[in-house]
Amino acid sequence: MNKELVFITVIGVDRKGIVAAVSNFLYESDINIVDINQRIMPDGYFVMTMLADIIDANVSMEELCAGLEKVGSRLKMKIQVQHENIFKMMHRI
Amino acid sequence: MTFTLEEIYETTNMILRQNLDIRAATLGINLKDLVDSDFETFQKKVYDRIVSHGSRLIEKSCMLERKYGVPIVNKRIAITPVSLIMESHCSREKYGKMAETLDMAAKDAGIDFIGGFGGLVQKGMTRSDRMLIDALPDVLSMTERVCAFLNVGSNVSGLNLDAVNLLGGMLRQTARKSAASVGCAKFVVFVNAPEDNPFMAGAFHGVGEGDTALNIGISGPGVVKSVVEQNRDCDLTRLSDVIKGTVFKITRAGELIGRELAEVLGIPFGIVDISLASTTATGDSVANVLEAFGIEKIGAHGSTLALALLMNAVKKGGAMASGNVGGLSGTFIPVSEDAGMIDAVRCGALGLDKLEALTAVCSVGLDMFAVAGDTPAETINAIIADELAIGIINNKTTGVRIIPAFGKKAGDTIQFGGLLGTVPVMNVNPYSAKEFLNRGGRLPAPVTSMRN
Repeated sequence: MNKELVFITVIGVDRKGIVAAVSNFLYESDINIVDINQRIMPDGYFVMTMLADIIDANVSMEELCAGLEKVGSRLKMKIQVQHENIFKMMHRI
Repeated sequence: MTFTLEEIYETTNMILRQNLDIRAATLGINLKDLVDSDFETFQKKVYDRIVSHGSRLIEKSCMLERKYGVPIVNKRIAITPVSLIMESHCSREKYGKMAETLDMAAKDAGIDFIGGFGGLVQKGMTRSDRMLIDALPDVLSMTERVCAFLNVGSNVSGLNLDAVNLLGGMLRQTARKSAASVGCAKFVVFVNAPEDNPFMAGAFHGVGEGDTALNIGISGPGVVKSVVEQNRDCDLTRLSDVIKGTVFKITRAGELIGRELAEVLGIPFGIVDISLASTTATGDSVANVLEAFGIEKIGAHGSTLALALLMNAVKKGGAMASGNVGGLSGTFIPVSEDAGMIDAVRCGALGLDKLEALTAVCSVGLDMFAVAGDTPAETINAIIADELAIGIINNKTTGVRIIPAFGKKAGDTIQFGGLLGTVPVMNVNPYSAKEFLNRGGRLPAPVTSMRN
């Protein structure tokens, strides 16, 4: 099955409703969440990463980024969307 | 998940907090085939090709910025050295018109700088090369986006001192004609100039290149500084290792985005230039990386060793990460574009002599520094010739971008604003080499064996 995977990274101070807000936006955009992970990092930041498949998305990459940026500003968190290829290149030889 | 949360956080942090970006995506374009006996037709063909390529470069770069979340800060065009394509239109007036055409094409395409208004004069000058040098003060002061260069020496040709001797006067005129002497910031003189350098002001599309090539300049002083700060107590071997690992990662990002950008543009991918390039943004300073090593201020004794270590590690990490490394691939230490360098000059830690010494181990030359506006032309020539001699003898590229700041004296400051930053005017040695330089001629090519 074809997949186009992006990582969505959410960084900030932990609070209620982060997973709900991001997942809800992805659901409305017809984007499937493949994996999800979260932790408080040694530098004190809450970090959540979601691996999402955008192959069936009803929004463009530009709209996805812009939409998540809005979600992020409501949550007072930084949200970054990046195609998985960049992690393959940077972290795997 | 195929990647750990730490790996993803590391990459995201590099972009969001440590200023990781693609510093330059520079599209090289051949213009030789456009030469036309009718000058207006020639101008139109040049304009059309630049606008068409430039607009696509911007559109596709923006698409990849969104896909990978990595900013591509500067999208630029490099062209065939202009003195070559103007040989059959060799008049001052036409040189001015061609500069205006390039400036307008860059503006209409949304490109901030277009490089290649220059010539290759490492062995001798054609009539066209001479005309270009004569036209430079007007071109650099009257256009906004046109960048100029000259290659005045190489390992196989030696150093063309006759060409160097024209530059001090040309630069003083340029400084006088342009606001805040900024025209001089758009001119670089090189030896061993690479034909695929993506960085302005010295980018040009070399005669050995194909019709088009996309070259990428990565960045990342902030990323390197961060990893150095996390390794405060390690020895030099370990320090070199952690820098190598980090530079490998940032170069891989450049390699990925560069190759994909070339593919979507339908043009060949050229090279990744693995230079560390600073900006005036806080934390994006090469000088600050050395300070994180444990050097109190760049310019202190020990700085040359520190810079040598940094560059060696950057090259090793970058070389493994990219299929084709090229361009300048050295650490840039421009004074005006690096907050740590500006500080060091202001507090007296860094003078011109030490700056020149630093360029011998790794960097690509004396870059974006200012001297008093009344500095004699022959002293400017001598500063240039000294720096270029380092390149010729050490088998490397060196360049000089000097601003003889009109109406300013040592200790004053010039504000260029934007990417070009702020520059404190530096002291120069008051003694003269005029009689020596007036001998003119060509420094013979160096022996490349017996390298001790």
